[in-house]
Amino acid sequence: MLTPKPRGSLSEAVFAALRAGLDTDHGPVWPTADADEDAAVSLWVLYELHYRGLDDVGDELEWHPALLALRHQLEGDLEARLRARFPGRRSEGDFGEEFFGFVANHDGPSLAAHVQRDADRDQVLELLRVRSIYHLKEADPTAWVVPRLPVATKAALMELLYDEYGVGDPNRLHAHLWALGMEACGLESDYGAYIDEVPTEILEQNNAMSLFGLHRRLRGAALGHLAAFEATSSMPSRRMAQGLERLDLPRAIVDYYTEHIEADAVHEQLAVRTVCGSLVAQEPGLTDDVYFGAFTCLDLENRVAVRMLSRWGVLEGDEGAAA
Amino acid sequence: MSEARSFDHPDVVLCPGGPMLLRGDHLVEDADGVTHRTERPVSAICRCHKSASKPWCDGTHKLLPHKQRPI
Repeated sequence: MLTPKPRGSLSEAVFAALRAGLDTDHGPVWPTADADEDAAVSLWVLYELHYRGLDDVGDELEWHPALLALRHQLEGDLEARLRARFPGRRSEGDFGEEFFGFVANHDGPSLAAHVQRDADRDQVLELLRVRSIYHLKEADPTAWVVPRLPVATKAALMELLYDEYGVGDPNRLHAHLWALGMEACGLESDYGAYIDEVPTEILEQNNAMSLFGLHRRLRGAALGHLAAFEATSSMPSRRMAQGLERLDLPRAIVDYYTEHIEADAVHEQLAVRTVCGSLVAQEPGLTDDVYFGAFTCLDLENRVAVRMLSRWGVLEGDEGAAA
Repeated sequence: MSEARSFDHPDVVLCPGGPMLLRGDHLVEDADGVTHRTERPVSAICRCHKSASKPWCDGTHKLLPHKQRPI
């Protein structure tokens, strides 16, 4: 992957500096971001240095202090925005029951329901392209959390991640199943291939996962995000599979979603009960952050859904205007 | 709570209101007498009888009123 198209003054300056290299420990004075998407794509690229890197950026820049300082500033803005959206939660006893109830009570428009019943082929292919930003690195942001956990939580998370990563078989690795599905649809499966066309909401959704994954202090939010993600995946995956079959899309992409019906019916129980359940038992002070991460997952997915459904003319009036 | 201790790690877990989790490699016979081999490190067996992927759980129990969910 090459550095993406800039989306404003900040990303233009950052991407140019990344390509040219930074000679000293002191970076340039960065321009202020023009808009949310300018800041979001800049942060997304800075995070990419920690995943697979960019072909036109030197690997040695991953830990360059000037870039870390900029990342710190952009992350501070993002975290403050995410925390301002979180309304808090009420505690009602058993963690597992309370958590599943919290997720069930979070309403929002469903992209999967639209795909199941009404979406046309172009809309579905567009959705696959914007979803690819995450699915090609599926589970990777959560894997960063492993060394930061107490014993029971670490074992529980690895039990779940082992399945995400194919139980040792590369052919079953979920990100790879996704790549095969993309190729079968005639889409590019390279990391970040469609970054230039994704809306700000997708960048923010991916940046939030990297933010939570990369900071030990946010380990509770990272695992709460994981649990909410898994707890809202199984039934939507069936709707997605049915919609893709309705549109006669290739077997490989249908199989990706079919796999997630049963896998995530397991993973939601593990993520909520054994992963987050053991974490809040061992470190009760992290409970609020678990819910902050869960809320952020659900809220950002709502924002993505509103954005896409508005673009397609499915949501109108007040709902669409909220985008 | 010290971490230098033994932890519970059962092979079978009954999730309140949800499936039965089964750790390890097993053969599961469904209600029609058909045998299914588990395919993942942990499998979730439907207990609400409403799954469209029986014998495996597909999350459908969450659509049921609380009274109709498995205990």
